[in-house]
Amino acid sequence: MWPTTIGRGLRWLPQQASTVAGQVDALFLFLVTVTVLFSGLIFVLVFLFALKFRRRAEDERPKAIHGSLVLELFWTIVPLGIVIPIFVWGAYLYFAMTQPPAAAMEIYVVGKQWMWKLQHPGGQREINELHVPVNRAVKLTMTSEDVIHSFFVPDFRVKRDVVPGKYTSVWFEATKTGEYYLFCSQYCGTSHAVMGGRIVVMEPTDYERWLTGSVADESLPVAGEKLFARLGCSTCHRTDGSGRGPSLVGRFGKSEKLASGETVLVDEGYVRESILNPQAKLVAGYPPIMPTFKGLITEDGLLQLIAYIKSLKMADGTQAKP
Amino acid sequence: MSTPASDVRTNYLNANYSVRSWLLTTDHKRIAILYLVSISAFFAIGGALAGMLRLALLTPHGDLVQAETYNKLFTMHGITMIFFFLIPSIPAVLGNFLVPIMVGARDLAFPRINLLSWYVYTLGGAFTLVAAVTGGVDTGWTFYTPYSSTYANTNVILTALGVFITGFSSILTGLNFVVTIHKMRAPGLTWNRLPLFIWAHYATSLIMLLGTPVIAITILLVALERGLGIGIFDPNLGGDPVLFQHLFWFYSHPAVYIMILPSMGVMSELVACFSRKRIFGYNFVAFSSVAIAVLGFLVWGHHMFVSSQSMYAGMIFSLLSFLVAIPSAIKVFNWTATMYKGSIALQTPMLYAFGFIGLFTIGGLTGIFLATLAVDVHVHDTYFVVAHFHYIMVGGAIMGYLGGLHFWWPKITGKLYSEVWGRIAAVTLFLGFNLTFFPQFVLGFLGMPRRYHVYPPEFQFLNVMSSAGATVLGLGYLLPILYLTWSLFFGKAAGPNPWGATGLEWQTPSPPPTFNFDKTPVVAEEAYAYDSPLEGHRV
Amino acid sequence: MSDHIPQVAHQFEDATQQYETATLGMWAFLITEIMFFGGLFAGFFVYILAHAQAFAEGSRHLDLTLGTINTVVLLGSSLTMALAVRSAQEGNRNGQMLFLVLTILLGLAFLGIKGVEYAHKFEQHLVPGPQFRLEGPHAQSAQLFFSFYFAMTGVHALHMVIGVGLLAWLLVNAWRGRYTPAYFTPVEVCGLYWHFVDVVWIFLFPTLYLVARHA
Repeated sequence: MWPTTIGRGLRWLPQQASTVAGQVDALFLFLVTVTVLFSGLIFVLVFLFALKFRRRAEDERPKAIHGSLVLELFWTIVPLGIVIPIFVWGAYLYFAMTQPPAAAMEIYVVGKQWMWKLQHPGGQREINELHVPVNRAVKLTMTSEDVIHSFFVPDFRVKRDVVPGKYTSVWFEATKTGEYYLFCSQYCGTSHAVMGGRIVVMEPTDYERWLTGSVADESLPVAGEKLFARLGCSTCHRTDGSGRGPSLVGRFGKSEKLASGETVLVDEGYVRESILNPQAKLVAGYPPIMPTFKGLITEDGLLQLIAYIKSLKMADGTQAKP
Repeated sequence: MSTPASDVRTNYLNANYSVRSWLLTTDHKRIAILYLVSISAFFAIGGALAGMLRLALLTPHGDLVQAETYNKLFTMHGITMIFFFLIPSIPAVLGNFLVPIMVGARDLAFPRINLLSWYVYTLGGAFTLVAAVTGGVDTGWTFYTPYSSTYANTNVILTALGVFITGFSSILTGLNFVVTIHKMRAPGLTWNRLPLFIWAHYATSLIMLLGTPVIAITILLVALERGLGIGIFDPNLGGDPVLFQHLFWFYSHPAVYIMILPSMGVMSELVACFSRKRIFGYNFVAFSSVAIAVLGFLVWGHHMFVSSQSMYAGMIFSLLSFLVAIPSAIKVFNWTATMYKGSIALQTPMLYAFGFIGLFTIGGLTGIFLATLAVDVHVHDTYFVVAHFHYIMVGGAIMGYLGGLHFWWPKITGKLYSEVWGRIAAVTLFLGFNLTFFPQFVLGFLGMPRRYHVYPPEFQFLNVMSSAGATVLGLGYLLPILYLTWSLFFGKAAGPNPWGATGLEWQTPSPPPTFNFDKTPVVAEEAYAYDSPLEGHRV
Repeated sequence: MSDHIPQVAHQFEDATQQYETATLGMWAFLITEIMFFGGLFAGFFVYILAHAQAFAEGSRHLDLTLGTINTVVLLGSSLTMALAVRSAQEGNRNGQMLFLVLTILLGLAFLGIKGVEYAHKFEQHLVPGPQFRLEGPHAQSAQLFFSFYFAMTGVHALHMVIGVGLLAWLLVNAWRGRYTPAYFTPVEVCGLYWHFVDVVWIFLFPTLYLVARHA
């Protein structure tokens, strides 16, 4: 559950603890201004008209005013002229919010009823908490084991749904050390409201100390390599390409031509799908003989395999894009 | 003035007192009354549920009810209010009563289908109530998969069936209105002479016809998946749970225009009458209703900006959502302009109109916040959204419903209510409403998510303010129930036109005779011809 | 209701208004049906884009012969329905009854053939649910195809059953001589409904049996 101790008493505004928070707030403030001005204008006009033109005699018959094309055009075009820039501003900022920087640190998240499981690349696992260094971009790759959840950190102004059957991602760069609420914000059943925790933003040195100090399983790529062997993947996917399946070295992040003629990008989603439903997007030139591993592997296992495959380098040292 | 002895047993109310004559009526006015009774009952249920929610939220620890109970409460509150109160409210009560009279007809095109629509509504309501009392449902009114189709342990199928059945009531009402307005207008009543109430109901009916079937099939698919174990939205079978969201919101967004357009229609009638002036920009207001109906079908993805929908789809939906706000703004400007150099009277219906204009403006503008992609990421699924839609639904739709009810009450019942109490209630509602829902904008921006039965302690002050407001709001709702009921027995008799309004309905007695008109009226002037020298719309 | 003088309901000015209103009402209702089936078609098209091969595999298990026969049967029933409407317009009581009976029989034949298809699917373990079994690499997504197959044809069949019921009611009234050149609105309106149900099949058949096959 999100801790009840990190509150700081009555607040009227959330904190600005990420690089985008201030920008989102600026846009929000602009919207508040527009709202206040327009509502104020209408309130004042209605009030003034009700006062000035109040009925003074029962048999009053005001003259009809049918309308004015000029006015109609005016109050159509002016609002359009205000909302279109708002749209552009919002879309532009949204675009930036969906493009993680290339060197972002990767964290893997699995949501399930009713907790968050988070894993650092070095293998450190957390439940309902995420420790991150300040001033470093962090990209979360997330999936759900059951229903749709949503990863929401108000003080960072970020939110993204976590959907079973696919990966979604969100990124942030924290700008202030401290603790911030993590909420689940897509209703997911009985304990939806307590499925949360905190993000702990630390100075880099404190973060390093935390990493070494916290109990780590083996790192994700190492765990993935073991799983790769245990599930028999290495039988067909030999690194020298001599097996019945393609070598996976250096393939992550590249495009692959499929038997159907289409091209596909080898990303987390593609790898996951190919493990669970191998013939869905079969690489050209290979027979459709890979068995499915549905039911034989958990979401955690899938993330380990993905981390391992990502880490496979070519002979010339090129590595797949992180 | 009292009704002459020769008028005894000549209006639709006293034509026949038997229960059978009510339950088997095909008179659109009686069917409107039947709806008024059922809708009021469901409103009371939905309101009681809201009361429990606000009570539970007084403390941050969730002491009042368990999590599961709270989840059922907000689910039932949403389902009851949306499907059984808001969507039918104005069309089924005021629309049914007034559409035939306003177009100069003796009844709707299909009176028996009209009665059927009430029975279908009641049957759907019965199913849903049974679902509620035999365990309830806890999926949220939005029924998102895979929670609703696979994981929930509550009465999902029964509730889904109830909503499915009630949807047909909506379709039948919409069908009746569209055909009536096309085919049964009195001689001389061209489209551009129609009251704007009719234009609004026409646009609403288009949405009812085109949108409701989509949620019907969506609910059916969820019920099939849940009941028969077949995979449609199940990711384990290659299904896409987000497809449900697309199908669901394809109806449920236009549905909100079903809830607000009739209220806007009422506003045009109120502002015209109580400014004693033709609506400024009639053509633009009429056209805006249709524009809202059309554009309303193109924006459903703005409920899904963070759902894993493609970024580019999000941008298109965002742009269209800004565009759909423009016709609503045009209406507000035209109503305000109508008041300019009018003759403004501040009777109860006009107070509701003012409440509407104020609250709908704020509610609509906060919709702009939600259409803005980068801002919606932050406030989606928080109390900001809850505040936004309550401003529109309560501050907009319910103000229109109550305002219309107060405006046409003398026509429907033949009685006048206490103007003093009417004004007190309107002001109480306005104040209580703002105290309840304005703090929720702040809560949402602070990050308090929706559908939470517990919350961080620093949010308590705003929650307490909101719950206090809910008490005042509840009082505001109670007052009309009391004085309107009182007026039925002790109110002064109303004449045909107590407000001095234009419109065919004010040329009939109050209450009208069963077949509305002795002779089909002939219409010779435009709507709201307050400055016309013709007789017929004088007090 | 009197025997031969067409009754104009109290809300209408004349018989013409009543007739036009009824037909507009049926058209409006059919538009809602387009949206109802449209939701199913939309879902189907979303999935066939994502699971082309699985859907092709599923479609190959459908009985093209029976499906084609059903298409011919249904088209034939639309012809007999149109002839029934014309008989009513001409006041031909025998013609009305004959063509209504033929339409009902063709409709029942359609439903019977559909029933046979469903029985085959049941035997082949192709009904979605815990007992679904399909060999091959696309099994899990192919189940989606069959979910839509049964949902779409099932809803269509339900509409056919309602249609047959309406036709039976028309038949009884035709036998009683209710429909004359001055009043044949119910026949026309039910005819519209029947043609619509036929048109839905004209879209369903290629979508399920033909398009998916070659996806």
